[in-house]
Amino acid sequence: MFILDHLWIIIALPLLGAAINGLLGKNFSKPIVNSVGIGSIALAFLAFAELVREFAQLPAEQIPWVKTYFTWITAGQFKVDFSLQVDQLTIIMLGVVTFVSLLVHIYSTGYMAHEEGYYRFFSYLNLFVFFMLTLVLAANVVLMFVGWEGVGLCSYLLVGFWFLKQSAISAGKKAFITTRIGDFGFTIGILLLFWTFKSVDFGVIFKQLVSGPPDAVVSTSVLTTICLLLFVGAVGKSAQLPLYVWLPDAMEGPTPVSALIHAATMVTAGVYMVARMNPLFSRAPIAMFVVALIGALTAFYAATIGLVQTDIKKVLAYSTVSQLGYMFLGLGVGAYASGVFHLMTHAFFKGLLFLSAGSVIHAMGGDQEMPHMGGLRSKIPITFWCMFIATFAIAGIPGFAGFFSKDEILEAARSGPNANIWLWLLGLIGAGFTSFYMFRLIFLTFFGEPRYDEHKVHVHESPYNMTVPLICLAILSTVGGWVAAPHLVGGTDYFEKFLHPVFATYAPASSLDGLKQSLEAAGIAGSQVSVVAPPAEAAEAPGMMLLHALTGWPVLIALAGLVLAWWFYIKSPQTPKKLAESLRGPYTLVLHKYYVDEFYNAVIIQPLLWISTNVLWHVVDEGVIDGTVNGVARVSRDTGSELREIQSGNARSYATWVVIGAVGVTVLMLGLWGMVR
Amino acid sequence: MSIVPISYYLVLSAILFGLGIVAFVFKRNIITIFMAIELMLNAVNLAFVAFARAHDQLDGLVFVFFVIVVAAAESAVGLAIIITLYQNRQTLNIERINLLKF
Repeated sequence: MFILDHLWIIIALPLLGAAINGLLGKNFSKPIVNSVGIGSIALAFLAFAELVREFAQLPAEQIPWVKTYFTWITAGQFKVDFSLQVDQLTIIMLGVVTFVSLLVHIYSTGYMAHEEGYYRFFSYLNLFVFFMLTLVLAANVVLMFVGWEGVGLCSYLLVGFWFLKQSAISAGKKAFITTRIGDFGFTIGILLLFWTFKSVDFGVIFKQLVSGPPDAVVSTSVLTTICLLLFVGAVGKSAQLPLYVWLPDAMEGPTPVSALIHAATMVTAGVYMVARMNPLFSRAPIAMFVVALIGALTAFYAATIGLVQTDIKKVLAYSTVSQLGYMFLGLGVGAYASGVFHLMTHAFFKGLLFLSAGSVIHAMGGDQEMPHMGGLRSKIPITFWCMFIATFAIAGIPGFAGFFSKDEILEAARSGPNANIWLWLLGLIGAGFTSFYMFRLIFLTFFGEPRYDEHKVHVHESPYNMTVPLICLAILSTVGGWVAAPHLVGGTDYFEKFLHPVFATYAPASSLDGLKQSLEAAGIAGSQVSVVAPPAEAAEAPGMMLLHALTGWPVLIALAGLVLAWWFYIKSPQTPKKLAESLRGPYTLVLHKYYVDEFYNAVIIQPLLWISTNVLWHVVDEGVIDGTVNGVARVSRDTGSELREIQSGNARSYATWVVIGAVGVTVLMLGLWGMVR
Repeated sequence: MSIVPISYYLVLSAILFGLGIVAFVFKRNIITIFMAIELMLNAVNLAFVAFARAHDQLDGLVFVFFVIVVAAAESAVGLAIIITLYQNRQTLNIERINLLKF
């Protein structure tokens, strides 16, 4: 029970690493920076492994395991503890964060080897892991918010890591400010949460949802408002419509950062938060629908932009936005476990895609444009195979990780408790696009004839400290989804079964039927939900289910995307150009990302700049604030220059003043005396 | 024998004090101004003595001794300053001693 009692060790280790590297690292040699940076994360990973061992021995009634260390804030009723919490959802997130960040740290020793500020990079990266673990382990919403803002800060620092590059600075600012809009909603949501439940602890809030708060009944409209406000925060952090614009720009950061922060962990914080708040969301159907709608729209919309991008990292960035949309779609239709499942598999295969892309960029000597690549397959075989596997995984080809999770989400959108056929359709078409743009990326990069100047660019495979993390992630991208596989042959979905307590304990009574139903479908017998199950609709035979899944729409459309990409970029490479010619209007629109950045610039940024310049600067600042300060100064100066006339140097005038003063005092005294009398 | 009323003394004191003030403000010679100050001090002394006598108390008389002592000291210092001043500036006209200004 050592780690369970000392949960703080898990978050303290990366913080310690960040402090050592950040404060002293300037004078360290690279091996020392490496061992501090990687060592702290590796120890955190070991602590996590020990935590899993101890967690497995906990009796079910002690979960969630909450450990309070000290009281952080007390103000009247408002009380925030520094308390950490472990339940099944935390375990999943901790595993993803510590493992992927360990691999990214190792990878960075190769990728960042020749960069200035090597120690700074590792310090920021460790700091990021610290905040991300705080976010995941927090037992109340305020502490969670600390982690939430902290990862935003680290994202800003790392996107702008090359701070001599103007575009990197702008991208960092854009990321920070755009997510701040979302955080504004999140903050108000937290306040409303406290105002309604008089507590910020997850456990206390969720218990009140079941038994009712002590003094008042919480209406659905209040819950809906809270959920929508919290979701605004998730929209900003997880780059959903309409606040997704920062994520593609964030690709200015080093590629390991894109892999860790902008694909695997930080951007999934919104998904984690909604999953964590599932008892609230389950009671607010409108908010749930909004989550699903935004998710499906983003999944589809970002996928369309991904179709035409030429920068290898930009394709992956839009792909990330799109995949996050799938996670929200899963959450929104009530399949929380599927959303979190996709979060996990996505962390593996998208982390792998970004790291592979980094390896490609490394091989190309810094060029990120796919039209300059081609034929890299035989030159960098390890990178190629890893990226190929990741592409299979994200496209949803059966057998790979992404297939299981995406299939579950789409299945829930089609036939789950909150199914909506239009959202399913959006997600399905988006899946086709996903498959197409990913295979387009593969074919443009690795197949065909080399389009770069072979005398100038010396393509070489990356060193082993970059390829080993790729191979680890490639293995996980393949087998990571198999925990759900037995479900397809009539067995148990182990992932859903593991997470089941998180999503069932405080579920509303009305949704228990649906939950029960989905559990039955997931093959969990003897679940603790004690509701009479409605007659299951024609339970499919195990073999049929497998067949059904393998020949279902998601698989067919993924294969269609593959074939189409092959046709466009291998078989007849003139086709894309011709198609672009014949569809000039839509093509230009998508190529310019629907002009959303331009639209935001014209509608929000320019008016804001105008008001700031012409009203806030020239009127309020110069007129009111400077005017007040200068006015005070001018009054004192003018009074002084009048009064200095008294100091004439003429002794007789001084004498006169003395006399006048004496007379004045006398008159005053007499007057006062008269009043007293 | 009738007692002279206190108001007589006070009026005389006020007149002397007023003369002192007028001389203090309008005269140009430092010696004269100095004498005006002495006149005012003695006007105040007169008032003190008058009150002391009227109230049959000694406090006023004690104050008069203090004033005389201070006035003597002041005369000594003041006259010394005036002599030094005259040695440096060759004038006793107060209008021309005007360096002390902002």
